[in-house]
Order: sequence, then C-alpha cells, then structure tokens
Amino acid sequence: MDQIDGIVIHVTSEPRYFCVATAAAEAAAVACDLGPAAASQIKLAVTEALANVMNHGYKGRTDRPIRITLAPARDHDRAGLSIVIEDECTGVDLARIQGRPLDDVRPGGLGVHIIRKTMDLVEYRKRSNGEGISLRMVKYAKVG
Amino acid sequence: MADTEGNLQGTQTLDDGFLVQLSGEIDLTRSPALRADLMKLLSSSPKRLVVDLTQVELMDSSGVATLIEVLQVQRKDGRKLVLCGLQDKVRSVFEITRLNEVFVIVDDRSAAQQA
Repeated sequence: MDQIDGIVIHVTSEPRYFCVATAAAEAAAVACDLGPAAASQIKLAVTEALANVMNHGYKGRTDRPIRITLAPARDHDRAGLSIVIEDECTGVDLARIQGRPLDDVRPGGLGVHIIRKTMDLVEYRKRSNGEGISLRMVKYAKVG
Repeated sequence: MADTEGNLQGTQTLDDGFLVQLSGEIDLTRSPALRADLMKLLSSSPKRLVVDLTQVELMDSSGVATLIEVLQVQRKDGRKLVLCGLQDKVRSVFEITRLNEVFVIVDDRSAAQQA
C-alpha cells in the first residue's frame, strides 16, 4: 500500500456526509497546532468547497465521488494544514470559479470569497488524469 | 452523519414583531428548513424580525443567503431585520462578504429591539 502522510476521506456528494470531512478537517487543524480560530475557518472553507462541488461541479447530483486529503504543511517556520478536495466533475472552466461582486447583494456567489479570505493559499487545477478539479487549500499557524 | 435538526430553537413575540433564537451550524443541510421557518414568520408581516445568533457555531454561505432573502423581503415591505449576538467566527463571515455593511447587526437582544 502507498504510504500517505495524512488522512484521506472519500464521500459522495451528498451534503449529509460532508460533516465527516469538515469535522476531520477541524480536528486535523487542531492537531497541527493551528488554534481554534483557524480550525473554525478551515471547517468553514471545507464546508464551502464541498458545497460548491455538489452545487456547481456536479450540478446538484448527490451520488458523485469526492476525495478529501488532509496533510500537515510547512512554510519555513510555519506549521499548517493542507486540504486537497478532488472531484470528477466535467466541463468546469477554472477561469469562471469566482465569487460574485460583493456590492451586488443577493443570495449566492459567496463561497469562493469565503474560501479565499479564510485560507492562506487556494489553488484550483485540473486533475492530472484530466477528469475533474483539484482544489488545494493551505492554512498556516500565525507566527508569534 | 449530519444532525439535520432545525436551527430555529424558539420564537418570542415582540410588540412589533418576532425574535427568533437560532442555534448550531447553519449550512447546506439545514438552510432550506431555516428558510422555510423564517418565511413562514414573515407571512404575518412583522415590522421587526430579530434573529439572535448567539448560539450559532457556524454559518456558511447558504445560511447567509437565507438571511439575504429574509432581508430582501423585509426591506421590500419597509420592515426591519436585525441580527444580534454574533460570535466572532460568524461575524467574520459577514465581514468577509462585506454584508456587515448591509445588515443591521447589534450586540444583543436589548439593542436589537431598539435598532
């Protein structure tokens, strides 16, 4: 078996199951010494990311696969947590993954803003096998 | 799996409307029920709706969207929506999305009834 430095969780795109991944991400953040405030932000970012996969990537389908990988991260002296969320959705234009203008007050379009503001690093990529999107998010502990 | 118990824990009648107490995590699994509960309250056209978020541990963008819908209904009819008791982690969501400039947000229930 390949050695994995971290935790891998497989869920379907059914929102009732997302709590497993969000709770794991929050616990992993605490284990990585990120503190309760950062752990809460990570939980929120993962919640938003999974909802985006279901709502936009899978267009509401709840039976599609999502893989979440949690692993320690490091940037110079800072410890952190890396979260990678991979799906198999098709036809998504990476350039169109963005929130709505914030002065246009209406429901929806805020998830990407929340992810980008709560995490230190956010990268959307096509998966290497050509099917689906990989979202990598990293949160580092505050220095001092 | 997710506990899908509703977020609406109680409703109190005010002189000019209602105060609702929410709790728990307001996310994609619970927002639709919360939206239905709040829209039901709005059907009686309260002049003021106070939403106490003191016991809310997490609110994602679906929860925020629900409150935007409620705000739009209230404002369209010249009525008020006031949020109070936000924990820092919930308040930060409103700040990130700049909705703290759109909603009336106060510290507690007492202030909410005067806002």
